[in-house]
Amino acid sequence: MTAQWEIIAREGFQFFGKMSASISHEIKNALAIINENAGLLEDFMLLAEKGRPIDPLRLKSLAGQVMKQVKRADELVKRMNRFAHSADEPSKNIDLGETLELITSIAQRLASRREARVELVMPEQAVTLITNSFLLEDLIWLCLDFFLSAGHKAVRLLPESTEDGIRIRLAVPEVWPISASEAFPSGREKAIMEALQVDLRMDPGAGEIILSFRKDH
Amino acid sequence: MSEKVLLVDDEVDFLDTLSERMRTRGMEVATSSSGAEALKKVEQESFDVIILDLMMPGTDGLETLKILKEKKPDLQVILLTGQATVEKGIEAMKLGAMDFLEKPADLSQLTEKIKKAQAKKMLLVEKHTEEKIKKLLEEKGW
Repeated sequence: MTAQWEIIAREGFQFFGKMSASISHEIKNALAIINENAGLLEDFMLLAEKGRPIDPLRLKSLAGQVMKQVKRADELVKRMNRFAHSADEPSKNIDLGETLELITSIAQRLASRREARVELVMPEQAVTLITNSFLLEDLIWLCLDFFLSAGHKAVRLLPESTEDGIRIRLAVPEVWPISASEAFPSGREKAIMEALQVDLRMDPGAGEIILSFRKDH
Repeated sequence: MSEKVLLVDDEVDFLDTLSERMRTRGMEVATSSSGAEALKKVEQESFDVIILDLMMPGTDGLETLKILKEKKPDLQVILLTGQATVEKGIEAMKLGAMDFLEKPADLSQLTEKIKKAQAKKMLLVEKHTEEKIKKLLEEKGW
């Protein structure tokens, strides 16, 4: 295996692990709420056996809570499934908006822990391209992580199809010092960029990172 | 004497339901949806035990635990998490947590631990009171 692919493999495993752990943690939270609601229902039954009347409205509310969390957990599992399948093929035709929507929704929980928000601005028309969706998700996450680690609290993703080709702008409201960009992109980002045939440009003055897909996409 | 508990978790639906179940078991329960809010509450009220979520936005569980133990060393803290790893467990115990449980938790198991936490805190408070009395007696030469 070449050095570049060793980096990509190592980074890919870490990325997959981090995202999977985040999703599974959130599923556990949904299960915990379902568990407590089931327990509360059991408590009401025990009290009813001792003669305390049950409030039907309260039961309805409990049922609603359980259904809400089941729906939440189901969405999370679907997301996990889509993420897992993004590694199926090394190259395929993707809808860029949908791919970014997936990584944004997964990244949002990790961003929330840093009291930050990630927002995707969907393009007016669908933008499609042939690429490795898993590596692209990884690169987007690394760019988001750069911003979040630097303390930015709001990051916007703007996929665009321009005359010069397809690009993704990641924008924050604040400028950052040029010195903060010295360590980014590092070897791992560069390895992924090369595999994806993507150029990365930092524009601290505009508060943006721009990822541009080289021609033939 | 009923146990006085502070539940801390950013999942409000979880807080509401668990606190209701704990109250039906005779516990006095207050809730906070963030580490920062919990730290303020602990200054205003006395608690026997804090049930603390590990992963929270802002001041997370471990950071909150560290500050809690600095401010109120006798306070017992039980960490509750949806992502229990050996590393996090060891880190929590080193910072002074009494116990570390994974969600979804069994309430009867949690209740047992809360009772133990209250007993432990009472012992510590008694010990400190005895030490104060002893020191006072020594100072007064009685």
